[in-house]
Amino acid sequence: MNTLMNSNHDLAAAYEDEQLQVTHFHARSSKFNIREAWTAWNGYKFADYYYDAQYEYFCVRNSCATYDICPMQKYYITGKDAMTMLNRLVTRDISKLNINRVTYLCWCTDDGRMIDDGTVFRLSEDKYMLTSGSPCIAWFKKAAVGYDDVEVTDVSDEIAALAFQGPTSCEVLKKMGLEGIENLKPFNIMHFPFKGDSDKKLTISRTGFTGDLGYELWIDPSQALDLWDELYLAGEDYNIHPYGETALNMARIEAGFILPGTEFNEALKTVHLHHDQTPFELNLGWLVDFKKPHFNGRTALLKDKTDGPEYTLVKLDIDGNKAADDSYLYDSKKCKNHIGYITSTMWSPVVKANIALAMVKTKYIKGQIWAEIYYSKEIRPKQKIVECTVVNKPFWAPARARATPPLRY
Amino acid sequence: MKKYDAIIIGAGHNGLTNGAYLAKAGLNVLVVEKNAYIGGAAVSRELENGWIYSNCSYVSSMLRQTIHRDLNLTKHGLVLVPYLGTVNFGDNGKPLIHYHDGNVGYNHLRQHSAHDADSMFKFQADLTRYAQLIRKTLMRTPPNPTSFKPRDIKELLWLAKQFWGLGEKELYEYMRFFTTSAEEFLDDYFENDLIKAAMASPGIIGTALGVYSPGSAYILLHHVMGDVDGNIGAWGLARGGMGAISNAIASAFKGFGGEIRTNAGVQQVLVENGKAVGVVLENGDELRANIVVSNLDAKRTFTKCMDKKDLPPGIYEKAKNFKIRGSSGKVNIALSGLPKFTNLPDNKFINQGGQGFVGSLETMERAYDCWKHGLFSDDPFIETVIPSAWDPTVAPPGKHWMSCFVQYCPPVLANGGWNAKQKEAFGQSVIDKIERYSPGFKDLIVHKEIRTPVEIENEVGLTEGNIFQGELTIDQLLFNRPFPGYAQYRMPIKNMYMCGASTHPGGGVSAACGANAAREILMDLRKPNTVPEDSFYDE
Amino acid sequence: MNHYDTIIIGGGHNGLICATYLAKKGQKVLVLEASTELGGLAATREFSPGFNASVAHTLSHFSAKVAKDLNLAAYGFDFNAAPMTNIALNSDGEHVIVEGWGASSKLSGVSDKDKESYREYHQLLKRFADLLKPFWLKTMPRIGHSSLKESLTYAHLGLKMRMLGKHDMGEFMRVATLPARDLMDENFDNKQLKALLSWDGLIGSKMAPRSPNATILSLLYRMSGKYEGAHALPKGGIESLINALKSAAITAGVEIRTGAKVKKISIKADENGLRSEGVELQSGEQLLSNNVASAVDPKRTFLDMVGAENLEIDFTHRINRLRCEGYVAKLHLALSDLPKFTGLDSLDGRMVIAEEMDSIEFAFDDAKYGEASQKPVMEIVIPSLADSSLAPKGQHVLSAHVMYVPYKHKNGWTEEAKAELYERVIDTLASYAPDIREKIIAGEILTPLDLEQQYHVTGGHWHHGELSISQMLMMRPTYEAAQYNTPIPGLYLCGAGSHPGGGLMGGPGHNAANEILKAKQ
Repeated sequence: MNTLMNSNHDLAAAYEDEQLQVTHFHARSSKFNIREAWTAWNGYKFADYYYDAQYEYFCVRNSCATYDICPMQKYYITGKDAMTMLNRLVTRDISKLNINRVTYLCWCTDDGRMIDDGTVFRLSEDKYMLTSGSPCIAWFKKAAVGYDDVEVTDVSDEIAALAFQGPTSCEVLKKMGLEGIENLKPFNIMHFPFKGDSDKKLTISRTGFTGDLGYELWIDPSQALDLWDELYLAGEDYNIHPYGETALNMARIEAGFILPGTEFNEALKTVHLHHDQTPFELNLGWLVDFKKPHFNGRTALLKDKTDGPEYTLVKLDIDGNKAADDSYLYDSKKCKNHIGYITSTMWSPVVKANIALAMVKTKYIKGQIWAEIYYSKEIRPKQKIVECTVVNKPFWAPARARATPPLRY
Repeated sequence: MKKYDAIIIGAGHNGLTNGAYLAKAGLNVLVVEKNAYIGGAAVSRELENGWIYSNCSYVSSMLRQTIHRDLNLTKHGLVLVPYLGTVNFGDNGKPLIHYHDGNVGYNHLRQHSAHDADSMFKFQADLTRYAQLIRKTLMRTPPNPTSFKPRDIKELLWLAKQFWGLGEKELYEYMRFFTTSAEEFLDDYFENDLIKAAMASPGIIGTALGVYSPGSAYILLHHVMGDVDGNIGAWGLARGGMGAISNAIASAFKGFGGEIRTNAGVQQVLVENGKAVGVVLENGDELRANIVVSNLDAKRTFTKCMDKKDLPPGIYEKAKNFKIRGSSGKVNIALSGLPKFTNLPDNKFINQGGQGFVGSLETMERAYDCWKHGLFSDDPFIETVIPSAWDPTVAPPGKHWMSCFVQYCPPVLANGGWNAKQKEAFGQSVIDKIERYSPGFKDLIVHKEIRTPVEIENEVGLTEGNIFQGELTIDQLLFNRPFPGYAQYRMPIKNMYMCGASTHPGGGVSAACGANAAREILMDLRKPNTVPEDSFYDE
Repeated sequence: MNHYDTIIIGGGHNGLICATYLAKKGQKVLVLEASTELGGLAATREFSPGFNASVAHTLSHFSAKVAKDLNLAAYGFDFNAAPMTNIALNSDGEHVIVEGWGASSKLSGVSDKDKESYREYHQLLKRFADLLKPFWLKTMPRIGHSSLKESLTYAHLGLKMRMLGKHDMGEFMRVATLPARDLMDENFDNKQLKALLSWDGLIGSKMAPRSPNATILSLLYRMSGKYEGAHALPKGGIESLINALKSAAITAGVEIRTGAKVKKISIKADENGLRSEGVELQSGEQLLSNNVASAVDPKRTFLDMVGAENLEIDFTHRINRLRCEGYVAKLHLALSDLPKFTGLDSLDGRMVIAEEMDSIEFAFDDAKYGEASQKPVMEIVIPSLADSSLAPKGQHVLSAHVMYVPYKHKNGWTEEAKAELYERVIDTLASYAPDIREKIIAGEILTPLDLEQQYHVTGGHWHHGELSISQMLMMRPTYEAAQYNTPIPGLYLCGAGSHPGGGLMGGPGHNAANEILKAKQ
């Protein structure tokens, strides 16, 4: 008798292997997820939003909010050759990166196509932590071939990490008793004994993906829930709330940050020739340091820089208020010559503008840019052609985000 | 006596497809079939009351959806149902499960190897790229590279353009992929033995090569280049068994006025004045036609159904040298219930997929070594599917049947031919292996059908029981299939054609060979083309 | 300090050939050889007091152009030696013998039908070999760039194929990737003959008669030489070739240093990127040059001498994944007298022990899993018959290539494992030459691991890299290093790991020299 049709069949056991992983903060964060609005990231159950995406977005812009970055991939690169190995892997020169400093960077294929972007933390002389949005272990292991003393360890599941962003974030951390946190400069790291216990280490970096003042908190998984509790206790009067993917996406577009699968295709997962991008196309030329004699993709990137990238990522302010999702861009209102496409778009609640990130053929950037927008009004499709203006600065970049100590919220 | 426009030998799916397109063009077509039933190797057979076996091919993925749609096969009763996942049992420990959901699949792979879980993304992207290129050629006639005809030159240039479009590096990688072994190809991505074995499985199915043999990487692609509803590499069941495909095509064929005659094995193709003019049946009947199309394999066509003196010099030798090696066996088992597997969640979606039984490339290769010695392996590679777990029409409610595809099984045993005892021992080796992973499996067996290459040859007519109608190695692919100079479906005898899997694009239930041949025939007859161009999901 | 135009790493035949071509064009060239002897795998060394042998023991496709360009005859290299008789041994003494080569060959021990087939077979392969011949001594350009050079080279190849005629062209495209076994079965009946003829496509590779795709190309490559696939031993032996190359080099002004092991290739790194500027020796000595050309295998060149930190990641990966594990062991025996092979009068031929293709196939199967073949197959030569200086007067050297012996033994190459292999090989020999044991004064077997260590060749692979399609032509050793230049400006490859490949041929050295000279202009 097979058990499948049996009504007593234990469904939970049968599908146990198929449950998404839950993060180290899940026991707490799931309580906030009133709407059960879950999605997934790197195999983890992950909140699309908790209560209301717009509310969560304003927590980031108006008070403070946490974003569970446990699913983000984290790798330790350790050993005497760690620096040499990393410096050939990434396009920036990290030989000058000091201990307890973080930097944003990207890594490319031999052909200069972007594999992913992320941050690197220098934790000690021979120990770095590299983070990325998608798994990259296979590439990093390839990159370690040929070095005598370097080890790449996937610690994605072994570190609990929480982004804590928003104007009142520093105040809350101060309230938590983290002395001197206000002196932590952007892209610096500080270590604190957690709850006064020097065996329990809380690492805080002044980093984030919202364009606002913010921090990222790193701790051993065994302390994750305690950290959550401490933080939420301290933040109670400051409107602390978790935010999900939707709110994050809004914040990062305003800040002008790129996302894989949206602004760029991860090169190693790209099927079609040149459907991936170079850093120059993504306006990340500043990440490519040609003073460095050698790094992966250097020759190809030098050529890309010299020849000029075919496309360039730009920030657009679009007339009207209709979201230009997946729109084609043209060089005139006649929509004859197709010069690019929109990658991300939204109505910015804080700027009160219809904003977008877009890939535009480099030679057309200085000219007129028109977007062909399709939208629907009570089911009926509508079309509109509107003019776009290139914006050079991020849509949202408050001074407090950079000041140390942070400016008064 | 009635004279047909065309006689097609063999009512396998390619023969029927060919017939359908010829009949659609207004031709008066007869398909002759030696068996009492149609379908060739895409067939459903009720050998035990209530159980319907797909006793040769058992899953579908390559059937050109363009043809499915064009011949309106759904109206003729064909429903293809994709299944979700596959399980691979290693030599011990946790099996590898391919979940349909990306995040769940990633988590599961990560339990086996974090490295390989990441690499899988690149593997899939690369394989998709390779598959997309090959897929474009499936419904096109291969160019003759030795010809100066504008058509051939144009087609060669088209082919070159497709390859050039990959970019320089991918072009080299493609050449490597095309010529390398499944082992070497997979070593580039994976470190875990079970994951490698699971990914290599398609690389040996039906072939007389091992996973360490150069060329086996392409076989792997041949099995994953199909798709179900645009999901490249996905597989499905034909509702009612694989015979449903042949039956639907036959129904379409008859709808166009075609005629099928069963129990009509062909003794010989009639050749007069260097032209094919008809066939002589085994019962002595002579049937006449303007053209003769053979859906039989190239070796059988030229060495068994034709008089050597009717052939131009050299052709008989080419046919004799055509590589068509039997390497696969099949055991079809009727079960009184659904087998339960150890270490596997009791989850119906998993049971509705396929199972693979082999834990490492070395085990696969050693199974191949046995074949080289003329033995069946005592630790064989088995790929099984339980169609009844998903298709309610092929077994009584609550009952099931399991299709076990076995690699390797030699057409001739080292110590002589096959006899009943050896055949039983072969079947037993398969059952014993499954029993290791599913204790109590033996007690569920109601009926079994054991098919060595001998049965496959005798019943289906495939020489040596080779499921592809000829090895898929470079020397027999594209413009080399079946022989250089004869890859455009026209045979060395005037008015004679081939439309079986011995022609491009080769084995598998794709219907492309039959359709391609029809296009060429109609061109020669100056009839309007009824064969649709393939439409792609990805352009 | 001395500044050279080109420093060549490795004093094997390709290194010497490349050096001589460059020096003849006026370059100041230094050749650095790690061993005390020149010649690499063709170097003659004393393996037992008074007894000498080289790993390479015959010549098959040494380039006639190179011999002429470098005027090797003037330096004592006799390129006119007659081809050796090929003998497929049979333990009952019923040998199959192929005397001479090609159209003029004489076969015995086979049916008249096979004799006739052999003639046709050889003519067909000869036409194919002739088609490919010009391309072995050419740089194979990169593809997909639509450059003039690319168009010309590949148009030339296409034209040559067309010129074969419809039938042959079709056959060429079919036969080129056939497994040896199929080609033999299509043509012959005699098992020994089939084994013997397939041998030349397989020797030195990780392939067996049933392996598709690269065997026939390997065979055609070897047929490109003067002997059309047959082998020869020049008067004075292999040593005479190496000595002639050495003399030619010195006469051309090449400076040669032996016992000079290169530790790394010096790379200048600045804002302009990387450039090779010379080498650093194991001793710490720095040598400067405009160009460095490495005749060392690609894995060693890039991973050990250049270093991953100076290369791209995927490129490094491709070098790392190169297939270059050897499967041939070398047997050297010091013999008190010539052994008696059953049914054989003369031992000056090339004797192959592989009674049928399955013997080769099954020997290969053991090696796939990291074990030496239980029933090894081998090729035997008595080089002392051509060069009496190799052994004391009246005594002899037996040299044999033994297949298949894996580079990586699954339990490691212990002394016991080697001793066991040695005994097994002698036992095999004894069933063809029953008195062999009585004649042995001393003997050694060199596994691929030993070859790696003694001759500084990764994997102990004769060809520095398997001759598989993905490692041939414009993909040898891998793209971006297949036109002799490398991603590091000023660094070139000139060894067997480059197109056209290994064996005593000289193509890589010749072609690399052309590229280096062209770059200079």
